[in-house]
Amino acid sequence: MTKLDDLLAYEVVEGLTEGQFTAEDYVTTIIKRIERVEPKVHSFITLDTDGALSSARIIDKKIKEREDVGQLAGVTIGIKDNISTQGIRTTCASKILENYVPTFDATVIRSLKVNGAILLGKLNLDEFGMGSTTEYSRYQPTRNPWNLDCVPGGSSGGSGAAVAAGECTIALGSDTGGSIRCPSSFCSVIGLKPTYGRVSRYGLISYANSLEQIGPICRSVRDLVMILNIISGKDALDNTSMSSTPISIPSRINKLNVGIIRELITDCDQEVAKLIYSASEKVKEIGCSCEEVSIKNLHYALPSYYTLASAEASSNLARYDNIRYGFDYPIGEYKWDTYFSNVRENFGEEVKRRILIGSYVLSSGYYGKYYLKARRLRSLLKLELLELFKKYDLLIGPTMPILPFKFGEKIDDPIKMYLVDINTVIANLAGIPAISLPVGFSNGLPVGMQIMAAPFEEQKLIDASCELEKVINIPRRPNSI
Amino acid sequence: MSQVMIGLEIHAQITALNSKLFCSCRGNYRDLRPNSNICEICCGLPGSLPIINQKAIEYSTMTSLALGCKVPDKIMFYRKNYFYPDLPKNFQITQYNVYGISSMGIDGKYELDGIKQIKISRIQLEEDPGRIAYSEDGMNVRNTALIDYNRAGVALIEIVTEPDFTGPKEVRQFLNKLSLTLEHLGVCDTLLEGSVRCDVNVSMNGGNKVEIKNINSFKEVEKAINYEITRQSSVYGRNLKIEHETRHWDDKKKITFKARSKEEEHDYRYFPEPDIPVIVLGNDFVANLKQRMPELPNERFERFKSKYEISDHTSNILINDKKLADFFESTLKLHFSPVEIANILVTEFKSLIDDDAESRDYLKNLKVKPEHIAELVKLIEGNKISRTTAKDILVKIFESGKLPTEVVNSSNSYKIADEKTLMDAVQSVFDSEKSAVEDAKNNREAINFLLGKVMKFTNGRADAKIAMRLINSKLAEH
Repeated sequence: MTKLDDLLAYEVVEGLTEGQFTAEDYVTTIIKRIERVEPKVHSFITLDTDGALSSARIIDKKIKEREDVGQLAGVTIGIKDNISTQGIRTTCASKILENYVPTFDATVIRSLKVNGAILLGKLNLDEFGMGSTTEYSRYQPTRNPWNLDCVPGGSSGGSGAAVAAGECTIALGSDTGGSIRCPSSFCSVIGLKPTYGRVSRYGLISYANSLEQIGPICRSVRDLVMILNIISGKDALDNTSMSSTPISIPSRINKLNVGIIRELITDCDQEVAKLIYSASEKVKEIGCSCEEVSIKNLHYALPSYYTLASAEASSNLARYDNIRYGFDYPIGEYKWDTYFSNVRENFGEEVKRRILIGSYVLSSGYYGKYYLKARRLRSLLKLELLELFKKYDLLIGPTMPILPFKFGEKIDDPIKMYLVDINTVIANLAGIPAISLPVGFSNGLPVGMQIMAAPFEEQKLIDASCELEKVINIPRRPNSI
Repeated sequence: MSQVMIGLEIHAQITALNSKLFCSCRGNYRDLRPNSNICEICCGLPGSLPIINQKAIEYSTMTSLALGCKVPDKIMFYRKNYFYPDLPKNFQITQYNVYGISSMGIDGKYELDGIKQIKISRIQLEEDPGRIAYSEDGMNVRNTALIDYNRAGVALIEIVTEPDFTGPKEVRQFLNKLSLTLEHLGVCDTLLEGSVRCDVNVSMNGGNKVEIKNINSFKEVEKAINYEITRQSSVYGRNLKIEHETRHWDDKKKITFKARSKEEEHDYRYFPEPDIPVIVLGNDFVANLKQRMPELPNERFERFKSKYEISDHTSNILINDKKLADFFESTLKLHFSPVEIANILVTEFKSLIDDDAESRDYLKNLKVKPEHIAELVKLIEGNKISRTTAKDILVKIFESGKLPTEVVNSSNSYKIADEKTLMDAVQSVFDSEKSAVEDAKNNREAINFLLGKVMKFTNGRADAKIAMRLINSKLAEH
C-alpha cells in the first residue's frame, strides 16, 4: 500500500470510509510531514494543526456513527492566503492585513467544509497575488520542492509547493493572470483556472475582479474533478457567478481537434519547447488531431493584461486604509490624507507599483489612451480565440515560457518578471478555462503544458488531461525533500 | 435683474427599500445604535462582493419614467474612486454616462407649471456613504472623529437637471413637485431626516458657475440660492469676477462659504464595476413596470376632476397633500359623496390641524379616521344634523375620537324638525325681538335675522327650512 501521506484525495476518502485508517491517523501523518518538510519549503503562512485534528476527530466520530461525512471526508486542504477563512487570519502575504481575521468563510470554503474537507492552514503567495515567484510575499518566499534554489512560481506558490511536497492532499489557489498554472507548472502538479464565473469569488480577496478565479491544485486529474465539482456553481453572493454542468471522469474520449499555438512555442525556452513537442505527440497518441495555429492578437495580451489588472487593483486596494481593520499604527493626530498615505506606505514595492500604474491608466486624460484601449484589445483577443474554438476543441502550448528559475534572478526587473506571464494571461483575458498538466523534466526542473478550451468547456480539458495523465508518466514526489 | 441660471443635483434615498443597495442590511438605518446595521459587504471587508438589489433597479426606473427620462436597454455600474473615511471601500459604486453606456435614465423633461419644462440630464443609482461625527474633547481641543457606517450602502437616486431654472421660485416649485412625485411613487419619504439632499449650481450673466454642496433639506435650497445670488451680485457690483468654485452651505449661519481648494481637484478615475455584470433591462421590464407604476400626481389630479367632479382648487389642495388625498379616497370607499367630503376635508378638517403638526404622518396620529368623516357626511346628507352642528361635531370627534352618531346622540344634537318644538322657539324669538318682527313684515333681510335668532335659540339644531316656513306663517298672522 502507498504510504499514507502519498495518498491522492480520492484514495483518502476511499480508505477512510472503508475503515483502513482514521482521519486522525491521516491528518497526524500529514502534520508530521509538514513538520519535516516545511522548514525547507515554507509553503504556509498560517498553520491550524489543532483545528485540523479536531475536524479529523469529528469525521471519525461521524464515520463510527455511520453519519454522512461528505465527498471530501478527511482530505487535507491548504488554502491560498487570499481566500477568506472565518476565524483564521487571512493576510494576502501583506503587512496591511497581518492581523486581519475574516468574520466569514469564502463560499468555496463553506462548500469544502460541508463536504468534510479538513483545513490545514493558509498558503503563501506574492502579496495580494501580484507576482510570479512568491518573492513578493511579506513572509519568506516559498521554495520549489523539486529544487530548493528555484522559485515555486506564483502567485499561488505556496499552494503549488505544498501539494508537490505532500504537505496537503490538495490546495486551492487563485488565478488572475496565471497564478494557479504558473506554480503548477513549476512544481509539477495539476492546476486549473476555471471559466470566469464557474466558481464563486465570494471571499476571494480581489486583486483584479474581472480576470480572476479560484481553482484547484492537485496531484491527479481525478482529484481535480472532485474538487472542481464541489466548488463550482452559481452563488447568490457573487453576481458574476454562473451555473454549470458537473464534470465527469471519462471512460474514453472522442477525437478532439487540438491546435498548438505557434507563437508560444517559438518564443519559449528550447528545453521547454522540446518537452511540449513530445507532449503534442502524446496528444496524437490518445487519438486527437494536432496542428499548429496562430493567434495574431497575442502580442496585445500582456500589455492589455497589466493595464487592466493594475487598474482594477488600484481601486480594489484602496480599501486598505487601516481604519476599520489592519495593523498596529500609533494613535495620534493626523489629517485624513496624511493618515491614508502613511498607512499605505506599508504595501510592498510591487503592490505599490501596480497601484501607481493602475491609478495612472485610469486618470483623466489617460483613460482612453490606456484603460479603454486595453479593454478593446481584450475583446479583440477574446473574439479571435472564440473564433479559433469553432475549429479546435483545445489549444495547447507551454504553461510557462521558461524553466523554474533561481531566486533573485528577475526580482530587480519588473518587465522581465511580467514577461513570464505571457502564456497564461490569455485565458484570464478571454475568461476561458485553462489547465496546466505536468509533462516532464529538464535537468530535474518541471515543465507543464497548458491546455485551453472555450468557456465552460472544462469537460474537454478533463477528457484530454485524463488520457494524457495515463500516457505521460512522471514522478509524483520530489527527491530533494 | 441680471440673468440667473440654476441647475440642481438631487440625492434622494430610496426609503421604500427594506435593504441596502448591495447587501441585506436594513435600508432604514435611522435610530439605530451606531455601527449596528453593517455587514461585510457594506463595510467593504476584503473578499466581500456587492449584490445588486433588484427592487432598487425598479424604483429608480420608475423615477426615471416619472421624470420623463429615457430608460436604456442596458445599464451598468461604475466605480468612483476617492479617499474618504466615510466610504468603506474608498470608492463609491455609482453610474456614469460615457461611451454610450448610460445610467437608469437620461434626457428627461419635467413640466413645472404647464408652460416651463426642466430638462433632466440623467438619473442614476448609487450608494450612500456612512457618516462622520467630529467631537472636541473639552479643553484639549483635540478632535476625535467617530464613524458610523449604518448608512453606508443605502440606495440613493441621483437626479441631475440642466441649468434651466431662472430663479429660486422655480426651484421651489420643482422641488415641491418632485417631492410629491417621489411620494406618489412610494420611492422616498422626503420628510425623513437626511432622506433628500441637494447640490445647486448658480451662475449669473453667463459667468462662471458656483457649486453649492451640503444642502441637507429642500427647505434650505431656496435660502442658499438667494444668498448666493446676492453674493454674486455684490461681487459683480464691485466689478470683480466670479471664480469657478465649490462652496458649502452652512445651515446655521445661513451663508455659503468657499470649500478648501483641494476638494475640487478630484480625479475620480471612473471605470466599470467588474463585480456587477451589465444589467439588461429590456422592453418587457419597462413595459411591465409602466403597468404597475403608481398613479402620478398629475394623473391623480385629472382623475379627481373627471371622476369626482371636484374643482381644480380643491383637487389641488388634496393632491398636494398625498396623505390627505389618500384619506379622501378611503372615505369615499365608505360613502361616495366626493364633493361634500372633499369640501369638508379641505376646509373644516384642515382648519383643525395645527401647522406644526402638518409634518409627516400627521394623519396617522389623528383620532379622526375615514369612518368618522363618512358617517358625518351621511348625517348631514340624511338631514339628521345641520351644517352648523356638523362643525361642532367635528371638533368633538377630533378631541375624543368617538364616532359622530355617538357624539350626536350623547349631546342631543339632532336637527329639530318637530314643528311644535320649533314653533315654541319661533314664539320666543317673536316675543323678544318685537321691532325686528315689525321690520320683517316689509323686509326680507330681517326675516333672515329672525331665522338666525331661531337657530341660535336651538343651538343650531333647528331645521332651517321648517323654521323659515313657521316664521313666514307667523308673520302672516300678525
